[in-house]
Amino acid sequence: MSNDPKRWVAGHVAALPKSGIRDFFELVAKMKGQDVISLGVGEPDFVTPWNIREAAIFALERGKTYYTSNLGMIELRRAISTYVTEHFSVDYRPEDQVIVTVGVSEALDLALRAFCNPGDKVMFHQPCYVSYHPSISLVHAQGVAVPTFAKDNFALTAEALRAAWQPGCKVLMLNLPCNPTGGTCDRLQLEAIATFCREKDLLVLSDEIYSELTFEGTHTSIASLPGMAERTIFLHGFSKAFAMTGWRLGYACGPAALIDAMMKVHQYTMLCASIIAQEAALEALTRGWDSVLKMREQYHRRRDLVVRRFNEIGLKCHSPRGSFYAFPSVAATGRTEKDFASGLLLEQKVAVVPGSAFGDNGVGHVRACFATSYEQLIVACDRIERFVQAPKK
Amino acid sequence: MNPVLKLLLEGGSLTTAQIAQVAGFSVSEVEQHLEQLKKDKILLGWRPVLDLSREAAAAATVRAVIEVKISPERGGGFNRLAERLARFDEVESCYLMSGGYDLLVFVKGASLQKVAGFVSEKLSTIEGVLSTSTHFMLRCYKDQGFLLDVGEATTTRLNVAP
Repeated sequence: MSNDPKRWVAGHVAALPKSGIRDFFELVAKMKGQDVISLGVGEPDFVTPWNIREAAIFALERGKTYYTSNLGMIELRRAISTYVTEHFSVDYRPEDQVIVTVGVSEALDLALRAFCNPGDKVMFHQPCYVSYHPSISLVHAQGVAVPTFAKDNFALTAEALRAAWQPGCKVLMLNLPCNPTGGTCDRLQLEAIATFCREKDLLVLSDEIYSELTFEGTHTSIASLPGMAERTIFLHGFSKAFAMTGWRLGYACGPAALIDAMMKVHQYTMLCASIIAQEAALEALTRGWDSVLKMREQYHRRRDLVVRRFNEIGLKCHSPRGSFYAFPSVAATGRTEKDFASGLLLEQKVAVVPGSAFGDNGVGHVRACFATSYEQLIVACDRIERFVQAPKK
Repeated sequence: MNPVLKLLLEGGSLTTAQIAQVAGFSVSEVEQHLEQLKKDKILLGWRPVLDLSREAAAAATVRAVIEVKISPERGGGFNRLAERLARFDEVESCYLMSGGYDLLVFVKGASLQKVAGFVSEKLSTIEGVLSTSTHFMLRCYKDQGFLLDVGEATTTRLNVAP
């Protein structure tokens, strides 16, 4: 009999590929103490606004240390419901159409587990957040990648959806604005997608975590389009807009029967999200908007700065309408995205993430997060310029 | 609002060249904006925000806040007296206030005696000054938006994250 502990690892887990981000993380970790400027992060550089942190401290002082309802504190669900109505024009009842989760990541996992039978097909646009495809595999469903393209500024098109569709597709996962591309869809594009979803009877999981970081125009939620609320799980959270990544707090809204199914999984696995984080989130929704607007203004300027510089340097880059990611093409340098990222790190000490870490369609691009101070961004762009101009080693 | 002014208000310490990069201007355009702000008497001057407790030579400076009651005058209200007080070199800032007193005056001096002397010999002897109440500052925790000596957690943000 084999003594290899790996014999106990489930086959579908063993088969999951290692995250490309992880490889790069280790490469950067080796350069500790070398003045590396990292544009490789996936979170705000701001600390959670003080009033939100203080609310959490106050909650602890008052002895708020118990479990909450499985769905989350009703006060928070009410605040979420009001916020979603005001910002996205979709109405959800706080009593049975909202569930508070441990980040959007948990909400996505709950949805996939609640709605997918083994073998069901789940469509997702790619490049995409690193966990999408693995989460689909973990529920024994089959991922169907739909490419998005630089020529469309990485918006998802109904044509691409139609081309990728195959019998057995049940769910469509959306992440607009998108990590890593910053791509997003305007209302017309969303309407075409919505029409396609109705035609093919697809359930939509719409992860709109970056919606508050929309710099031009208004963000439209697919759930707000006619006939879509009944087939959409709207996913959102506090990490990006309120700089609360480490608090791990998100939520899902949708038809009561679907939220109830997600709640079943949630109650047996997570029970409830941390009460301290929920108290902080309540403060964020009630009194956190000034901070959101201030941070958004800074991200906006930073975006303009890096996109302008990248294009000057010769790295073709669309201006992402939302999120804090730029996704320039490195094709003009004659390098692959992996060579570019590792060369840039070793020679000029700037970390960006190779686009292929976000799926095959990310080849030829890198993700540069601009959630970093102006000073750092200016220096980083100058270093990238030197790297691009230097003769290839 | 003037985009350069907006950046200045954020309180960073960007150089002119950095402001140019961030705002998408040339350096000379930023200089023109700054010049215009000066002409419009919006930008009056530059002062760094310092934690002087760390600088021995400057740490001896004494600062005080003085609540001043004055009698308003026909025609000018509080303005003439306020401007007169504000002109003293010892006065760093001077505000007209609502509430229990009229002027809030921030002063500094080389020693406690110097500040006390200023209050008793200059400030309170001015005709129209009815009373003063002086509070010496003991320690600064936050100045103009900057926390002093209060450790914000050193960043633990991962260098690479999804």
